[in-house]
Amino acid sequence: MQPGLYHILFISAALFFIGVYGFLTRRNLITMLMSIELILNSVNLNFIAFNKYLWPGKMDGLFFTVFIIAIAAAEAAVAIAIIINLYRSHNSIDVENAEELKY
Amino acid sequence: MPDATIIALIPLLPLAGFVLLGLFGRKYFKNSSGIIGTVLILISTILALYTAYTYFTTANVGFYPRLVPVNYTWLRFSENLSIDMGILQDSISMMMIVVVTFISLMVHIYSLGYMKGEERFSTFFSFLSLFTFSMLGLVISSNLFQIYIFWELVGVSSFLLIGYHYKKPSAVAACKKAFIVTRFADLGFLIGILILSFSSGTLDFNTLIATLTSPESGQLKTAAASTFLGASALTWGAALVFIGGAGKSAMFPLHIWLPDAMEGPTPVSALIHAATMVVAGVFLVARLFPVFSITTPGVLEIVGWVGAISAILAAIMACTQTDIKRVLAYSTMSQIGFMMFALGVSKYGGEGGLGYTASMFHLFTHAMFKALLFLAAGAVIHYVHSNEMKDMGGLRKYLPITHITFLIACLAIAGVPPFAGFFSKEEILLAASQNNTIIYWIALITSGLTAFYMFRLYFSIFWNKPAPSPLERAGSEVHHHEGGFAITLPLVLLGIGTAAAGFIPFGKFVSSDGRALESHLHLQFSIAPVALGLLGIFTAMWLYKKQNERPEKLAASLNGLYTSAYNKFYIDEIYLFIAKKIVFNLIGRPAAWFDKNIVDGLVNLTGNSTTAISEKIKKVQSGKVQQYAIYFLAGVIGLAILFIYIWK
Repeated sequence: MQPGLYHILFISAALFFIGVYGFLTRRNLITMLMSIELILNSVNLNFIAFNKYLWPGKMDGLFFTVFIIAIAAAEAAVAIAIIINLYRSHNSIDVENAEELKY
Repeated sequence: MPDATIIALIPLLPLAGFVLLGLFGRKYFKNSSGIIGTVLILISTILALYTAYTYFTTANVGFYPRLVPVNYTWLRFSENLSIDMGILQDSISMMMIVVVTFISLMVHIYSLGYMKGEERFSTFFSFLSLFTFSMLGLVISSNLFQIYIFWELVGVSSFLLIGYHYKKPSAVAACKKAFIVTRFADLGFLIGILILSFSSGTLDFNTLIATLTSPESGQLKTAAASTFLGASALTWGAALVFIGGAGKSAMFPLHIWLPDAMEGPTPVSALIHAATMVVAGVFLVARLFPVFSITTPGVLEIVGWVGAISAILAAIMACTQTDIKRVLAYSTMSQIGFMMFALGVSKYGGEGGLGYTASMFHLFTHAMFKALLFLAAGAVIHYVHSNEMKDMGGLRKYLPITHITFLIACLAIAGVPPFAGFFSKEEILLAASQNNTIIYWIALITSGLTAFYMFRLYFSIFWNKPAPSPLERAGSEVHHHEGGFAITLPLVLLGIGTAAAGFIPFGKFVSSDGRALESHLHLQFSIAPVALGLLGIFTAMWLYKKQNERPEKLAASLNGLYTSAYNKFYIDEIYLFIAKKIVFNLIGRPAAWFDKNIVDGLVNLTGNSTTAISEKIKKVQSGKVQQYAIYFLAGVIGLAILFIYIWK
């Protein structure tokens, strides 16, 4: 059986919610960052799948995916820089220790 | 005709003086500010005399046109509406610039001596210059709005000068009272201006008078047709303008500020509250006289009655006052009443315009002798250090020049020939007798009273009891002499003016329609007023020449009248009652309650509820990133459900 559009969309949705679950439950900032990467990759999967099954003659979805990968890389660099700075000032990368920014 | 620049310089020189002395006076011209101010006024006076001379000599014989040599568009709002600054040359404005600059010059010279050693010497002179500038601007104004601007400027300079001794509570109260009362009247003036200019479509005097007096003009018909409370719009406009004039000229019932204004330094009283500013109301009515006379004769009748009532009330009050400056203040009010009712009984043009000429003539002579009376009274006050009559007496030995000049002025105001007041007052009485018999009788009685109270003042100051000799006064700060040259020179000059001004053939120069008016002296007619005047003088002599019991007995026999006149007929008390009991309780308090509870309440409610709500919801911003993520996710899911399933 060839995998169809719905199979891929199912995997993508699963990936997305795993990412959301990880983002909401993990306290470690690195793990949260990894969860965000999962969410981004589920979006990439969607783009590829729609491009391949619905408009096979076009390349737009592929371009978007390439853009997202590039931006995700930049974002990871920035996020890790922030995490390093946070570690220097708080001696921890636990998100529960960085709650000063409130009312 | 003289160059327009020369006329413009007349008011601008005092303005320059005000700016210079006001900004730098206290620092750089501490001692020379008096001289600077006086020299500037001197130049103004010379220019004014030159301008008036050329105007009256080069005009066509027997006719004086209204000229507008300068008209500068100051604020343009639209094609048809602009506020201009201009100069209007006609016989009354030319007469007024001479009077204002001359009296102002006299007062400046006098102040050099009188105010010497005052701490705010240069401030005083800068205020005097400001006043002179505003008054000159007022009399040469070419349109209604300009006159209003200068009208308020004289009001504010009067306020500043009355309150010159700002550490004295009574002076502060007096300057506030003067400002508020005249300001209240000016509200009427402003509305009147708006009505008149709206109905004529212009602010300019020449056009306005032309539009509102020619019966063919469409604007006049429209304005006369629109009525409010039974009177036409124009009647209301003219009456409201007159209210403004009555406030400035201290006419009954808006006169209450004038006696209190005597708290100002005496030169100020002479300049502002006797000779110039208080006649601004008369000048205003004269300026718009064709409108009053032709279009709204009903208002002119009101002018006449208000003038007559003010004249006699003030004369009665003047008989009982003991403060010499207050006597003079009531006398001023009475004389302005004369000018007002002279306008009121006048007609426009020809022989009927005698009242107009007489009014302007009296304004002219009154400025001379009343300024003289005030300056002489100032010299007396300077010598005795008191305003009260009981502290004076027998001063003729120590103040000879003051004595003679004061006597001349008293004779002039009492209407004794051949002094100035005689001629102008005769003309007024003649005009009154031709037009309104009741006003004539009131005026006749008033002129008798005038003679009485002026000579009561004269005898109480200079005769009565013997004066304490300078040696006895050694304890106090002694002035053995009359004060310097600066004080006596204006007295002498004004004395000469008072003695001679009556012989000017005034009707040739000033008349209601610009055409020369021949005035004749009617000898039989003068018998009654002069006899009454002499009767007043002799009564005063009998009562006050030697110290005796008669005045007290007379006062006791006239008990009720005397007390009520002494207390100024309780008019101040009535106003206070109306203000405190009625206006404050019925309007002020409810308005304050509404403001405090409803207006403020609404504002406070908004503020308080915002605070309360934000106190409740601020917990949302917890600082926990993952909580924010949940809210965000919940929001996205909520919106997704909304758009996909509910809001198709």
